[in-house]
Amino acid sequence: MTPEKLIYMANQIATAFARRPEDEAVAAIAEHIDAFWGPGMRAQLLALAEAGAPDISPRVLRAAERIRRPQAA
Amino acid sequence: MKDFILPDADFGTPARRSDRTVTLSIDGFEVTVPEGTSVMRAAAELGIEIPKLCATDSVEPIGSCRLCLVEIEGRRGTPASCTTPVAPGMKVHTQTPRVAKLRRGVMELYISDHPLDCLTCAANGDCQLQDMAGAVGLRDVRYAPGANHFETRQNGEANPRYMPNDETNPYFTYDPAKCIACYRCVRACEEVQGTFALTVEGRGFEARISAGGSDFLSSDCVSCGACVQACPTATLQEKSVIEMGTPDRAVVTTCAYCGVGCNFRAEMKGDQVVRMVPAKDGKANRGHSCVKGRFAYGYATHPDRILNPMIRDSIDEPWREVSWQDALAFTAQKFRAIQQQHGIGAIGGITSSRCTNEETFLVQKLIRQVFGNNNVDTCARVCHSPTGYGLKTTLGTSAGTQDFDSVEQADVVLVIGANPTDGHPVFASRLKKRLRQGARLIVADPRRIDLVRGPHVRAAHHLPLRPGTNVVLLTAMAHVIVTEGLTDDAFIRERCELDAYQDWAGFVAEGRHSPEATEQLTGVPAAELRAAARLYATGGNAAIYYGLGVTEHSQGSTTVMAIANLAMATGNIGRPGVGVNPLRGQNNVQGSCDMGSFPHELPGYRHVHDADARGMYERLWNVTISDEPGLRIPNMLDAAVGGTFKGIYIQGEDILQSDPDTKHVASGLAAMDCVVVHDLFLNETANYAHVFLPGSTFLEKDGTFTNAERRINRVRRVKAPLNGLADWEVTQALANAMGAGWAYAHPAEIMAEIAATTPSFAGVSYELLEREGSVQWPCNAAAPLGTPIMHEGGFVRGKGLFVVTDYVPTDERTGPRYPLLLTTGRILSQYNVGAQTRRTANTIWHEADVLEIHPHDAETRGIKEGDWVRLASRSGETTLRATLSDRVSPGVVYTTFHHPETQANVVTSDYSDWATNCPEYKVTAVQVAQTNGPSDWQQTYAERARAARRILPAAE
Ligand code: SF4
Ligand code: SF4
Ligand code: SF4
Ligand code: FES
Repeated sequence: MTPEKLIYMANQIATAFARRPEDEAVAAIAEHIDAFWGPGMRAQLLALAEAGAPDISPRVLRAAERIRRPQAA
Repeated sequence: MKDFILPDADFGTPARRSDRTVTLSIDGFEVTVPEGTSVMRAAAELGIEIPKLCATDSVEPIGSCRLCLVEIEGRRGTPASCTTPVAPGMKVHTQTPRVAKLRRGVMELYISDHPLDCLTCAANGDCQLQDMAGAVGLRDVRYAPGANHFETRQNGEANPRYMPNDETNPYFTYDPAKCIACYRCVRACEEVQGTFALTVEGRGFEARISAGGSDFLSSDCVSCGACVQACPTATLQEKSVIEMGTPDRAVVTTCAYCGVGCNFRAEMKGDQVVRMVPAKDGKANRGHSCVKGRFAYGYATHPDRILNPMIRDSIDEPWREVSWQDALAFTAQKFRAIQQQHGIGAIGGITSSRCTNEETFLVQKLIRQVFGNNNVDTCARVCHSPTGYGLKTTLGTSAGTQDFDSVEQADVVLVIGANPTDGHPVFASRLKKRLRQGARLIVADPRRIDLVRGPHVRAAHHLPLRPGTNVVLLTAMAHVIVTEGLTDDAFIRERCELDAYQDWAGFVAEGRHSPEATEQLTGVPAAELRAAARLYATGGNAAIYYGLGVTEHSQGSTTVMAIANLAMATGNIGRPGVGVNPLRGQNNVQGSCDMGSFPHELPGYRHVHDADARGMYERLWNVTISDEPGLRIPNMLDAAVGGTFKGIYIQGEDILQSDPDTKHVASGLAAMDCVVVHDLFLNETANYAHVFLPGSTFLEKDGTFTNAERRINRVRRVKAPLNGLADWEVTQALANAMGAGWAYAHPAEIMAEIAATTPSFAGVSYELLEREGSVQWPCNAAAPLGTPIMHEGGFVRGKGLFVVTDYVPTDERTGPRYPLLLTTGRILSQYNVGAQTRRTANTIWHEADVLEIHPHDAETRGIKEGDWVRLASRSGETTLRATLSDRVSPGVVYTTFHHPETQANVVTSDYSDWATNCPEYKVTAVQVAQTNGPSDWQQTYAERARAARRILPAAE
C-alpha cells in the first residue's frame, strides 16, 4: 500500500472519533487499528509514524504509541 | 390437484389471522378456524376438497366460477364456499344432489368452450380444469359447437374470437384459446406481485386476459411467474414444461441469486430441471418468486461452463485440461513450494458469498489450518462490511433485526439506499402488499426508484438526496425527532446507555443539523424532511430497510450507526413490524460473514484476539492460530506487487470485476506464481489464473445459505455435479492434497463442526432444518428454534449504544472537470456482474448497461437518447449508451454494472469506508461527453480476454 493511502486510512479513523475527548479518541483509534489491521499494515504505519511522516494526524501519532507491536512474521 | 407429484396443498383462499375462532360443522365433522376464514378453507383444513376453479389460496376469492357451491342449513340457495365466511354453529354440506347437478352444469359450460386436446396439452396431468371435470363427474357435453375461442376457423372462415399464442416472454406462453377467464392470473399479478400488468378486456363471454393491451414482453410484466403459478390451465404455461413434459419429482431448495433467499421446489425429470416453483411454505418468500430464481437457471447447463480442471505454467499459455488429481497435485506442490521459499504467510484465499456456509467454512479452515495463516477475506467486504461494524457497535450483533414476515406489521417503512423492486424483488412484493393495505413509505434515494410511484403504491415522501449525504440526512431526521420531542424516552431509559444517548441527543439537536441548515447540502427540501421524520417517529411501527446505497460510501459504517440511532431513539426495535434491516446483495453474504471469512474474525464474529475461541479451534484442528489479523484482499494484492505474496485460492468470486481499482487487482494477480480460480465459468479473474478448478451450481450440491434475515435455508442436491465434484469436495480434496487428512462425507458433518464451535449456531443441524424447513440464528439452547426477531428483551450488547455521527464529506468531490455525480445500482433481470444471468434468456430485458442522465444535463452536452457517451472520472473512463431520464436529479447520473465490457471499477474511485474499507462505489465525480463508440481499451479488452481463455484440445 502506498504510504499516502495508509496515512489517509489512519486519518479517516481519527476523523471518525474526532468528537471524542483526546484520550478516549486516541484509545479508540489504537483499538480500531489493532482490531482491523494486520501486522503488515501496522508495521508500515508505525514506521511512518517513527519517521515523522508529515501528514499523519496528531491523534494517530499518539495512538501509534499504543498500537500493538506486530510480531515478526 | 396436480397429480404427478404431491403439490403444495391449495386451501382455496388465503389464511386469516384473528384472535377469535369459529367452530362449525362441515359434512358432519367439526372444525375450528380463525374468524374470517372461508367455508372452502375450513373444509380444506378438514381434508374435504370442494371443487373450485377461480379460487386459489394465493389470492382473494371473487366467486365467479360457481363451482364451489355448497348448501348451508338454514340458508337459502347455494352460496359459493370461497366467498362465504364461516359462522359459529354453521352446518355445511359440500356434496348434495343439488350442488352436484349445478356443478356438472357449470363444468359443461366451461368445457363447451375449451379445446378437447387434453392428451397433447402441455398441462395434461397438471390441469385443474381436467381435474374438476373428473371431480364433478362430467360425462357428456350437450351443447352443439357454437361461438367459441379455440377453433382457428369456423364455417370456412377465420374465427374472429380466436387469438394466437403470445410467445414473446422467453419463459412462458399465453395461449388464449385455453383461458377460462377465472382471473387468477390478474389477481396474482396484483395481489402477489404488485405489478398490475394484466387486465381484463371485454365482458362476459368476450372477456379476455390482456397484458395491458400489448404482448407480454412489451408490457409492464416483470416475468415473476406468479400468474403462471396461479393459472389452473395450460393458458399460461412454462415453455420448459411444453418442451419436456411434466416433472416426476420435486426437491425443495433455495435460490442462489439474491439475499431474499426464496425457497423453491426444483421439479425434476431424471437429472433435468423441468421448472422451479416457489415453495409456499418458504418462510422468506411465502410462495412467491422473481424472474431470476424462477426462470434464470439455464446457466447451470450453459455450454460456457468449464467441466474439467485446467492448469498452465504461465498466463500467456493456453489452458491444458488435466485430471482432478493432477490439478490438485499441481496446486498443492506450488502452494507448498511458495511457502517454503517465501514463508507460510505468502499464500491465502478468498471465500464466496455465492457458495454455501459449509463451503465457506471449509475454505477459511483450509487457510487457517492447512495454509497456517489468517489470510482469508471475502468479497462481502465490498458490499456489507459496514453493516457488520455499525450494527455490532450499536446493537451488539452483525445482522438485521427482523424476519421478512415482520413487514406485514409495519406501519411506516423507510427505504434508504436500496431499490427493492430490482434488487430484492420478492421482498419488494411483500412490502408493496403491505403498502396497499395502508402502510406509509418514505424513500431516501438520489433516484426516483420504482417504489416512489408504482401502481397502487405512492411514497408519502421521496427524499432525493445528493449522493454522499446519507449521514447528513439521517442526522437531520434525528434533529427533528429530538428537538420536537418525538423520542421514546421510556424505551431509551430502559434499554440504552444514557450517557451516550444524552451526548448524541445534544449533538443532533445542534442547529447546524436542522433540515433547514442542511438543505443546501442534501438537496432535500427541509419541510419534506421534517414531515418524513415526524412520520417515521409517530406513524406506528416503523421499519428501516437499507442496501448498498448506505454501505458503499466512505461513511458507510457511520450511516449504518445513524440508522440504528434513529430506530433506538424512537423505540422501533425489538418487536415485529419495526427494526433495522440490511438488504443483502448476494445469496450468502450473511453466511459468508458468519462463517469467519474476514482475516480478523473466526466463525461467529469472534476476533482472533479472543484466546478462548482460538483455543477451541487449535485443539480441534491441532494447529496454532495466529492472534494477528491476516491480509485483506487489497493487502494481498499489495504484498503480491511487493513480492511477498505469491499464491491465492479464490472460490466463486471474480475479484477483477468486483473489487475496486481494476488495474491494481490485475497487477497484483499478474505478480503471483499460483492463482487458483474455482468457479463455474472462465471469469475475468481467471485470465490471470494458473489453475482453474471447475465449480458446481446450487443444483448440484447440499448445503445451506443464510439470507438477509439470518435464515439458514437448505440447499439440496437435485442432480449430480456436471464437473464431478461439489465445491466443498474440491476444497476438501485440495486440503488433502496438502496433507490435511479431512474426511467429511457430507455437508451435514461440516455443519456439525460449525454448530459445535460457533455459539450462535449451536442448535443448528440438518435434522433440525429437515424438521423446521429453516431457522434464523441465533439458534441455541436459549432459542432452540431460532430467533425471528432480535433484541426483544434487551440488546445483544446489553444496552443499546447511541453513536455520534459527524458528517465527513467524501474527498470524492465534483469540480469543473468532473461536475456530475455517478451512482450505481442494479436491475431486476440481471444479477451483479451477470456471470449467471447473462447466460440465460434474461438478456432479453437488459442487453447492455446504459447511463441514465437528466434531460437537462444531456441537453447542455448535446447528448440524445441512445447516444454513445464517454464516462470519465479521475480514475479512468469507459463508454456506454445514454438514456434520458428524469428519475435522476440534474447533476446526478446513474448506471448498472452487469456487463464486463462496461468495466465499472475502471471509473469508480479508490476511497473507502473509514471503519471497514468497504469501497465507495456509490459516489464518483464524473464527466459525460458524446463519443463515437466503445473505447479502444474496451475493444482490445475483449481480444485479450479471448487470448487468455484459449484451451488446448485434449491430447488424443
Ligand atoms: S409474470 Fe408476474 S408480472 Fe408478469 S404478468 Fe405474470 S404475475 Fe404479472
Ligand atoms: S390465463 Fe389462466 S389464470 Fe388467467 S384467466 Fe385464463 S385460465 Fe384463468
Ligand atoms: S433472486 Fe432473490 S427474490 Fe428472486 S427468486 Fe431468488 S432469492 Fe427470491
Ligand atoms: S371457486 Fe368459488 S366461485 Fe370459483
